[in-house]
Amino acid sequence: MTDVSAAAAAARSAVPPPVPDTDRPAKIVTRNLNFYYGQHHALKDINLSIAANRVTAFIGPSGCGKSTLLRIFNRMYDLYPGQRVEGQVLLDDTNILDPRLDLNLLRARVGMVFQKPTPFPMTIYENIAFGIRLYEKLSKSEMDGRVEKALRGGALWNEVKDKLNASGLSLSGGQQQRLCIARTVAVRPEVILFDEPCSALDPISTARVEELIDELKDQYTIAIVTHNMQQAARVSDSTAFMYLGEMVEFGPTNKLFTSPADRRTQDYITGRFG
Amino acid sequence: MNPIYAARRGRDIVVRALCFAAAAFGVTWLALILFTLFYNGLAGMSWQLFTQNTPPPGASEGGLVNAIVGSVIMTVIGVGVGAPIGLFAGTYLAEYGRHDRLSPVIRFINDILLSAPSIIIGLFIYGAVVVPMRGFSALAGSLALAVIVIPVVVRTTEDMLMLVPNSLREAASALGLPRSLVIKRIAYRAARAGLITGVLLATARVAGETAPLLFTALSNQFFSVDLTNTIANLPVTINNFVQSPYVYWKQLAWSGALLITLAVLALNIGARLIGSERTAK
Repeated sequence: MTDVSAAAAAARSAVPPPVPDTDRPAKIVTRNLNFYYGQHHALKDINLSIAANRVTAFIGPSGCGKSTLLRIFNRMYDLYPGQRVEGQVLLDDTNILDPRLDLNLLRARVGMVFQKPTPFPMTIYENIAFGIRLYEKLSKSEMDGRVEKALRGGALWNEVKDKLNASGLSLSGGQQQRLCIARTVAVRPEVILFDEPCSALDPISTARVEELIDELKDQYTIAIVTHNMQQAARVSDSTAFMYLGEMVEFGPTNKLFTSPADRRTQDYITGRFG
Repeated sequence: MNPIYAARRGRDIVVRALCFAAAAFGVTWLALILFTLFYNGLAGMSWQLFTQNTPPPGASEGGLVNAIVGSVIMTVIGVGVGAPIGLFAGTYLAEYGRHDRLSPVIRFINDILLSAPSIIIGLFIYGAVVVPMRGFSALAGSLALAVIVIPVVVRTTEDMLMLVPNSLREAASALGLPRSLVIKRIAYRAARAGLITGVLLATARVAGETAPLLFTALSNQFFSVDLTNTIANLPVTINNFVQSPYVYWKQLAWSGALLITLAVLALNIGARLIGSERTAK
């Protein structure tokens, strides 16, 4: 109870918010973060910390701003005009909202996996090697090793090792999504953002991706947006509940799901709306 | 039977019959044209067409080799100049300039150019190139064809790139790809079949254009590959020969028309094959 209400108090008073899982340092910290789609005020004064090497989940009904928040962490919104952000987002100690920041280098540090699998129109091998080549010059054998390692990291190696030259588009939906995860892991980011990574997948593929997320947190800091509360409960260490652009409650996952501090959180997780 | 449903079925039958009749009407004329073309054109098909130059008036042997070579040269240069410009402009509209205020203006002007009568384009090149150069030339003809190619390729390029889902661009950007590589390595790759199809269709379009060549390349009864001189070409040769009183010239005109039709048909089939390759995957 105490650290949940502390998080809520921190959000209100805009002092640096605590990391819910106190044994880990914060990887990403947001301060008074506001976001606008043109006139629409989509995120309101978001203050939170995402702990390093932990899984932080964002839940909330459609349109609550959870995907918007995630897309700030790699500045994906920069691709579109009319979208504007105010406040601070610190990755380690760099303010990533700084307009002078090199976006490509930021995105190499903060990878993203999307809702729909998005394999590139090339072979499975090339899907992985493509991203690596952007930043590293490797010999053929080194590259082969990296591709294998990434595909193993994406729990896909055993299924595709005999058809690395097949098109990435020939894989099933679940395999495509794991290919996208492998591709993201291959460039060795520090943070991986998952934007509803399982909403287009069947239950078995979903279970595989969730296992994978659990394994990945040893090496990466993970933020995941999900519509599925059971999924948030299964994979995450901390959970943030968002509603109408505000962060209503943020705390350790088991606490948020068993004894929420805010009435709206309770209503949402018990299925009264959303 | 329910009267409302019966009336709807009745209307359905009438509309279906009208649609069928309209389709049959259009296809009938096309079939008649093709039949006439093959009937008259095949009679003159021989190796001579590809080995001998266009004959003088009244002669009873000769071919079309100078016209064929001239058409190929001008089409290749026209597409070679027009297609890259069209590809770059289409890329601007679909990628860099998607949210710019300049884009709708360019798109509007491009649509006008797309539907401009080709004889206007011939006259424009006459004024812009032929008059200052003091003479008709293969170069002027090629440029006229290029001006026709550009809007076609701009349009197809933009349309095809717009079909590439934004999620793919976002995924590529999320890996840290700069914009230029997202376009070159991802968007072009995803749209490749469509882009090639667009260029092939533009080629087919200009291969049979007569009007823009009348005032630019003119024609030439001799074999020439000199870009600064007039050059023989199939469409204008057909136009000249078919209006003549000489039987052999008329025969050559039919054969030339058949050749162009077959070439355009081949290009269209090629475009179809490349286009379906994408959907098959």
